[in-house]
Amino acid sequence: MSLAYYPGCTLKTKARNLEEPAIASLEVLGLKLEEIPRWNCCGAVYSLAEDDLIHQVAPVRNLIRVKELGKDKLATLCAFCFNTLKRANLLMKDNAEKRNTLNSFMDEEIDYGGEVKVVHILEVLRDEIGWEALAQKVKLPLRELKVAPYYGCTLLRPREVAIDSVDNPTILREFLKALGASPVDFPESTRCCGSYQIISSPDDISEYARPILNSALRHGAEALVLTCPLCDYNLARGQKELIKKQSGLREMPLFYFTQLLALALGLGPQVCHFELNHGSPESLLKEKNLLSQSESFQPIGG
Amino acid sequence: MSVTVSPKRLRREFVKKVKELSGQNLQLCYQCGMCTGNCPAAANMDISPRRIIELAKLGLEEEIANSKTVWICASCLACTVNCPRGFDLSKVMEAIRLVTLRKNIDHIRPEDIAPQERCELPQIAMVSGLRKFTG
Repeated sequence: MSLAYYPGCTLKTKARNLEEPAIASLEVLGLKLEEIPRWNCCGAVYSLAEDDLIHQVAPVRNLIRVKELGKDKLATLCAFCFNTLKRANLLMKDNAEKRNTLNSFMDEEIDYGGEVKVVHILEVLRDEIGWEALAQKVKLPLRELKVAPYYGCTLLRPREVAIDSVDNPTILREFLKALGASPVDFPESTRCCGSYQIISSPDDISEYARPILNSALRHGAEALVLTCPLCDYNLARGQKELIKKQSGLREMPLFYFTQLLALALGLGPQVCHFELNHGSPESLLKEKNLLSQSESFQPIGG
Repeated sequence: MSVTVSPKRLRREFVKKVKELSGQNLQLCYQCGMCTGNCPAAANMDISPRRIIELAKLGLEEEIANSKTVWICASCLACTVNCPRGFDLSKVMEAIRLVTLRKNIDHIRPEDIAPQERCELPQIAMVSGLRKFTG
């Protein structure tokens, strides 16, 4: 079975370690991700102003590409793209006046009325494959790996786009359980990492990271699992700065959920691109016998 | 912080603009403070999220324009999902930013981001940051 898929800019450059293990893993699970043709940047953030329709054009064009393929579902992997595309889709579905304006503006395109359902790959794993079926495909259970699920903001807020309970999400916990890992719940799992504040106030980013990392460590986590390339960047950078400031924090590897998925499915470390991770998970994976002692990768992020 | 409220200082145009851009009814807010309590950045703000609503309601444009609060907001929507009144503060923060940005006053300049940093940042950081902080 094939699924229309929107990658977004970051997954083709900085976050290939989020995308490539996802494509390989889903193929093993019987789903082929079909990249939509002529996709463009989604705009990264959803426009919150009532009169700002021009910034809806970019995400809506991507949804039109899916409709043209005759598909009714679009799978996304980047948490930012998921949020922007799903919110733009809801606007087209629910607001007749804005829908008409946007359709008239894009007169070279077919009319669009929110026909495509935007989903995140985690929802595909939960709803189309199922945790039990996933668990049966696991070849290398992530036994004894204590991982804290970190959701960030955009998969859960606002309520109308949330992939799970806003107040008590469990989807990543269930995912980790299916892979044989030990999920570590911690109260800061949905606290913001600072997001785009990194470009205006980079010096404040470690203060966003501090409560998140401290809390995960205090609850016994050995690693964090993430879904968003900006969370990855901010938490890694914050962690590095906090360690430099000798805050007592110890380094904790950050994984994308797709890397753990590919590893557990037995696809090997190459497909996971651990060398692109900020900070190396090598010693932890070796300690847990999830990586052979002879395996090595040079992290680029330091 | 104390503010002086007098009919002379009220900027009715500003209130109207914020309401228009945000689509939010400022009168809905009953000042319970759930927004401030749930905001991960409130400690860095000079005016708390709750007070921003109150000042906006009163039309005190100067106080809001001189505050760094709306530029610290990361639109994480922790306030929005926790508001018992269904008020979307993230849209009000955006509206206030836009009142400034649409006067061609940018909050950051892309050239001020160090070249090495520009190479390292994920694309979504650049796109979202420049969307939020430039007009």
